This record gives sequence, structure tokens and C-alpha cells, in this order.
Amino acid sequence: MSDIRNSNPGGEDYEPQVSVSSTDAVGLAAGGSAAPQPGEDKSYSQGQLVARRFFRHRGALTAMIVLGIVIVVAFTSIGVGPIPGWWPKDYTLQYDKIGDGAPTWEYPFGQDTGGKDYFALVMRGTQFSLIIAFSVGIISTLVGTLIGALAGFYRGWVESVLMRMTDVFIVIPLLAVAAVLGRMAGGDGILGLALVLGLVTWTSLARLVRGEVLSLRERDFVLAARAVGTGAWRIITRHVLPNAVGVIIVSATLSISTAILLETSLSFLGFGVQPPDTSLGTLISEYQAAFATRPWLFWWPGLMILTIALCVNFIGDGLRDAFDPRQNRSKD
Amino acid sequence: MNGGSFYPVSYSDTLIAFPSRRRAASASKGQPVLKFILRRIGASALVLLGASFLMFILTVNSGDPLQDLRESNDPNRDQLMAERTERMRLDDSDWERYWDWLSGVGGCFTGSCDLGVTINGIDVLNLTQQAASSTLRLITLSTLLAIVVGVALGIMTAIRQYSGFDYAVTFSAFLFFSLPVFWAATLLKEYAAIQYNNWIAVGQYAPWTIVIAALLAGFLLQAVLGGSARRRLVTGAATFGFVAVLLFAFNALDWWRNPMFGIAGVLVVSAAAGVLVTALVAGLRNRRALYAALTTVVVGVIAYWFTAPLLVNEPSWLLLIGLFVVSLVVSVAIGAAWGGYARKDSMLVTGITGVITSIMVVADVLMAHWNSFLGVKSRPISTIGSQTPNFNGEFWERVLDMGTQILLPTILLTLVSVATHSRYTRSSMLETLNQDYVRTARSKGLSEREVIVKHAFRNALIPITTIVAFDFAALIGGAIITEQVFGWKGMGALFQDGLRAVDPAPVMAFFLVTGIAAVLMNLLADIAYAALDPRIRR
Repeated sequence: MSDIRNSNPGGEDYEPQVSVSSTDAVGLAAGGSAAPQPGEDKSYSQGQLVARRFFRHRGALTAMIVLGIVIVVAFTSIGVGPIPGWWPKDYTLQYDKIGDGAPTWEYPFGQDTGGKDYFALVMRGTQFSLIIAFSVGIISTLVGTLIGALAGFYRGWVESVLMRMTDVFIVIPLLAVAAVLGRMAGGDGILGLALVLGLVTWTSLARLVRGEVLSLRERDFVLAARAVGTGAWRIITRHVLPNAVGVIIVSATLSISTAILLETSLSFLGFGVQPPDTSLGTLISEYQAAFATRPWLFWWPGLMILTIALCVNFIGDGLRDAFDPRQNRSKD
Repeated sequence: MNGGSFYPVSYSDTLIAFPSRRRAASASKGQPVLKFILRRIGASALVLLGASFLMFILTVNSGDPLQDLRESNDPNRDQLMAERTERMRLDDSDWERYWDWLSGVGGCFTGSCDLGVTINGIDVLNLTQQAASSTLRLITLSTLLAIVVGVALGIMTAIRQYSGFDYAVTFSAFLFFSLPVFWAATLLKEYAAIQYNNWIAVGQYAPWTIVIAALLAGFLLQAVLGGSARRRLVTGAATFGFVAVLLFAFNALDWWRNPMFGIAGVLVVSAAAGVLVTALVAGLRNRRALYAALTTVVVGVIAYWFTAPLLVNEPSWLLLIGLFVVSLVVSVAIGAAWGGYARKDSMLVTGITGVITSIMVVADVLMAHWNSFLGVKSRPISTIGSQTPNFNGEFWERVLDMGTQILLPTILLTLVSVATHSRYTRSSMLETLNQDYVRTARSKGLSEREVIVKHAFRNALIPITTIVAFDFAALIGGAIITEQVFGWKGMGALFQDGLRAVDPAPVMAFFLVTGIAAVLMNLLADIAYAALDPRIRR
């Protein structure tokens, strides 16, 4: 995205963001915003500074705690695979219905039309959605970083080819290409789905990383590394990428929230998770007609998606502020 | 991208290349902008070609198009399978089928479009034309609304950074782009449509509803306007009083079932809008601009007085569009005539005022037809379809019908886009507000309005343009879900049905429309760039 920067009024003398996240071995780039505040005699490492700023962001901190609780509850309550959880009911069994199945102490999320415990079902859906979202986040971050770094570092035909490829993926609406691939991978279970979703959501990160690398490769410490004969791969992994880590981490976080919305939307349309697997999207799709009569079947999975996506977005916002605090300065 | 603006656009990402200065500079001989745009079109065409090939190959390999027949017990099953294989050319290689499709599309340039046939032998071109018109109507409306609301919210939150209002908008923005659209759609159907339809049958607010609504309005307005505690209190109390009296008056007049605006209403509201636009664009100290705006409003209302019979009785769309164009030309001309030292400002002010006056006129005509519309359709807001089937009414009642059908999906798509636009605008504005030239502008004594509108906002607009263009393409993708939930027969349905049947022709038609829309929007963004950033024109 260097292009936006280039067309900004201050474009020419723009100071890249490396200064705030310099973990570079040569360590030339200790920028002003990273300097310890006057009056404090203790000095902090870059990582500590980022962590301090992050934990001062109340929204992000709250979101992290809530997301942690959701993850822990989703995985421990009904257990994972063969490991049993602490929740006494099973998502496959049909229990005697209490009344019309509205939430009670016995069944906190209510029961579905057949008497299944809805808490267990929603937890199972949450597990699947979380696994998919995090896998997609990891895959798309790896692919995006790799493609962006190669394009930005080598320039020339490598950049042309890789960036035109990125454009090809971008021009197809994300939901459309994901639906086509999801339909293809439908039978391969959730990991297959996660893989194909990861293979279409890397585009924005690739562009961001490329922009970042384009400005980093011109800096003195890269020149120094080249001068002593460091190989290209080592320069990329040891000198360039560590300085782009802020952009990558923030983007990775936000790609998780994109992934969870994408996966649930696809499952809602029927191109995502296929039975017998379940996800929050399939639950909503299955029970949306029940909204008038059994609203709880509709509310819970939606609220879970909303909670997860909201938490991830807030964490991303906190990370962005922590890595790049320039916007937080009030107008002076 | 600078600073905090690396937010992903929901469901999408950025598209094709931004016009970088590097490229702009290299295209500086001859007619730079034209050459630059031509090059961009060429590059986009190649990208589209590659993407279409990818999409085609993926689609035809996504499943088995004969599956439903294989599972059927029809006695003439084999014959049906042979027929379908023949029609869809399943025995040919993917390459040949793609080439076949491509040459059909290529025919569009010579006047004989052929987008192929569906799995059942229906001509896709026809289907696409119908579907695209309803989808584009939806998308265009939401995009326009989202730009206006999102950019306005973004500016206000940037100016009032760290205020309660900023936090509220930020939280809502996060909420809206974390919202699963399909879930929110069902909620909206229940609470916005069904409950409203129940309520409109009576059309009276309970007193406590009015008190709560007025309290809310007062609270919001004082949070937006800010100022000292005393000023906030006065703002809040005045708003509370105004809204409460207004709503009680509406109740007494049975306004919600029988709304009216009248020519006086058009005059008052448009004049207020004119003053506001002048205050924002030119500043109230520019008297010529103010008089120009007010002249526009008066001329508009007088024109409405004379054309009212034309408007009320069965006008055609062509007539309406013609009148709109005429009013736009006249308003800009009024601005040019008042002119003065800042003629461009005046023309912008009168142009915007003219558009607002036109909208008010249409609103007035629509309101006058609301009661008779309720007579035809007693539950006005529908949750399914883009038009009520077999709806017979006058022209304006049909417009109202379309409006009430488009209302819910538009709200939904707008909310998500507003969330992204407002965040982007906010961070872009904060970025520019921290620049040295803004401090210079302040220190040389410019008014806060001039600093914000002319120095900060104009520069902040440059990245926003890009986001808006990309978001348009993303919205078409998002429309797949919205259309599914609201039962629209649009591009989304075309895509979904095609994909379910492993039928490439409709899927590719969807891709063509979205791809071309994306490329066109990017072109618009480029032109806007050139207008906003003179360095690109150089």
C-alpha cells in the first residue's frame, strides 16, 4: 500500500513505521515515538513498550479477556475429540423437553426442536468456527507475508507476476471465490475448508507487506547487510520482516474476524461446513425459520459470532495503537 | 497505507493498483490523465481475463453437473443426461468450454452478446439484465447513503476525538462490521418490518415512547455538538423540547398515517439545508454564496409550484430525470451568476442545495401518496422480494412500493459500509489534522471551518476515495447474502443457483457484472484522485 502513502502530501519524506517495532539485528531505527517518556528512568525494550501500550487499551484488554473465556469455555465444556468436558450433556443426544424448550437452569441455552441441549450444540459450533477462523488466519498470514515479501524485495518481474496474481484474486468478490472453493472442499471436512479459505484471503496482507518491504529494502541497515554479503533469504527473514511485524500482526488479527464472518456466511449459504460437522453459521441457517416461535435457537449462535468477531476487532485495534501510536497523540 | 488505516474492508480487500505517483509521473508526457487511464483500463482488462479463466475453471470443477440426474429414477434418465451433456458441452475440455464462453462475451463488442445458456437452456443474457438492474439499484443506493453518512460521521469523530460521541460511534462501527449480515437481516425483518407494520395500522406513539425518543435525541445532539457544560445542557433541553412537541403534534395530526410536508415545508427545510451547506462549504460570511443558495431554494420551490401537476399525475422516469438535470443545471447557473470572488464555492453550494431541494420535492410528492399507498398495501414494509407481485397502483404508489421493498436490505448494507467508511475517514482525518500544514493554516488565522474543510478534509479525501471504490465491489459480494435473506432475484441468486447446479454460465455472468463494476469504480476513483491531487495531473 505504499501507493497511498506516495500520493499523500507528506509522501516523499514519509518516515516508515519501522521505528516503533525495530527488532532488527542492526538496530539502527530507534525512532522518537519509541523513546522512553521523560521522567522515567527505567528503559523498556520494543516488545515491552508495545505490550504496555496494548494493556493500557481498555477495550482491547476487555476483548482479550472475553475472547479467552469464550475459547476456554467452548473447548473445555463439551471436550475435544475423545477428551470429555465438564458439561454433563452431549450434543448428539435428545433429552426430554422441558416446556417448549426455552432456556432454563437445566438447559441454559434452551433445547432445540428435537430436545437436544442447545448449549452443547452451540459450543460445538463455536469450536468448529474458532478452529476454522484461526487456521484461516494463520494460513492467509503465511501466504500473504511470503508473497508480499518476495514481491517487495525482488521487484522486477517477480513483483509484476505476484502482484498481477494478487489482482486476479482481488477482482473476484471474496464471497464468490470462497463459495466456489468451499463447494469443492465441502467433503474434506473443516480443515479442507480452512485451507481453501486461507488461500483466498491473503490478498490484502500481501499488498500491505509489499508496501512495507518496498520502503524497508531501501534503508541503510539492509544496504549494510547486503554489503557484508548476507543472502537474500536471510535479509528478508532477519532484517526486513521483523520490522514489518506490526503490520503483519494487526492484519493477521483482523483476518481472523474476516474469516469467522466469511465461514459463517458460507455455511449459512450452504457452501461451507457440511453436516455432520456444524458451525455457528449452519446453526443459524438451520433454525432461522424458528425465530418467531423459538427465538433462543436463533439468538445464541448469532451472539457468539458477534462476540468473537467484536473481540477480535477490538484486539486488532489495540494492537494497531500499540504498534503505531502516532494517531493517539491528540492534535497539537 | 499510513498509520492506523490498515483496516480491512469487510468481506473484501483493496482492489487493483492504486494510482501511485511513480506511475503517474511516468505518464507525464502528452495527455497524462487520459494516457494514464487508458493504461489502467488495459491492465484491468488483463486482470479481468485472468480472473475469468480462474473462476471458470474453478466453477466447472466444483462438482458434478449431472448429479441430480444420476440420482433420479426417471425412465429416460440416460437421454436427459445425454441432452445435458450435449447442451453444456461436458465432453469438451475445460479449455474449449472457456474459449466458447469467452468468444460469446467477446461478441458484446460487435453487438451480439452471448453469455451462454443455463443448465436448463435459458438464455443467461436476459436473466442477467433483470438481475443486474435490481442488484445495482440496491448497491448504488446503499453506497451513496454510506458515503454521505460514513464520511460525515468520520469527520465528526475525528474532530471530537476521545469524546463520548467518538467512543459511541467507534463502538457502533466495530459492532456493525462484526455483525453477521445474515443474522442481522433476520432481526431487522422481525423488528423493523413486522413490528412497524403492526404499529402503522394505528400510527400513534405512546407518550412514554415520545419522552424516551426526545431524551435520546437531546442526549445525542449535545454529545455531537459538544461545548461547555452549560451549552450542552441548553442544546440537550432545546432538542428534547423540540422533538417532544413535534412528535405530539404528529400524533395529534395522525401524521404517520397521513404525512404531509406541503410547499411551505419544502421551502423551510430546503432553506435550512441551504444555509447549512453554505456554512460548511463557503462559510456564512460569504454572503453571495448564502444568497445564491437561498435563491436556488426559492427558484426550486416556484418551479415545483408550476410543475406540480406534471409531477403528481403519472410522470415517466424520463421526465423525472430530465427535470432533475434541468434543476441541477439551473442551480449551478444561479451559483455562477451570484459568483463573486469565490465563484466555484458558490456553484458547489447551489449545486448541492439544488439536489437537496429536488429530493425534498420528491419527498413531498411521495408523502402525499403515503395514505393512499397504505390503502393498497396495509403492511407497507415487506421482507421478501424486490417488488410486490401484481402490485397495481399509480406511478408514485409503485415508487413507494419499490422504496419499501428496498428499505431493509439497503439499511443492512449501508450499516456495514458506514462502519468501514467512518473508521477510514476518521483515521485519515486524524492523520491530516496532525500534519504541519494544518498547524500552519491554524496559525495564520484561518477559521476552524476553513482549516477542516479546505486543508484537512480535502487531503483526507484522497485515501477515502480508494476505499469507497473498493467497497462498492465488496458490496456486490455482500449482496449475495442480503439477497438470499430478503428473497431478491438478483445477481446473488443467479450466482448461487448457478453454483449449486455446477452451471458456469450464470456464475460467470455474476463475475462479469461484479468485475466490470469493480473496474469502473476504480476508474472513477482514479479520476477523483486526479481531481483531488493535482500532482497526479502534472
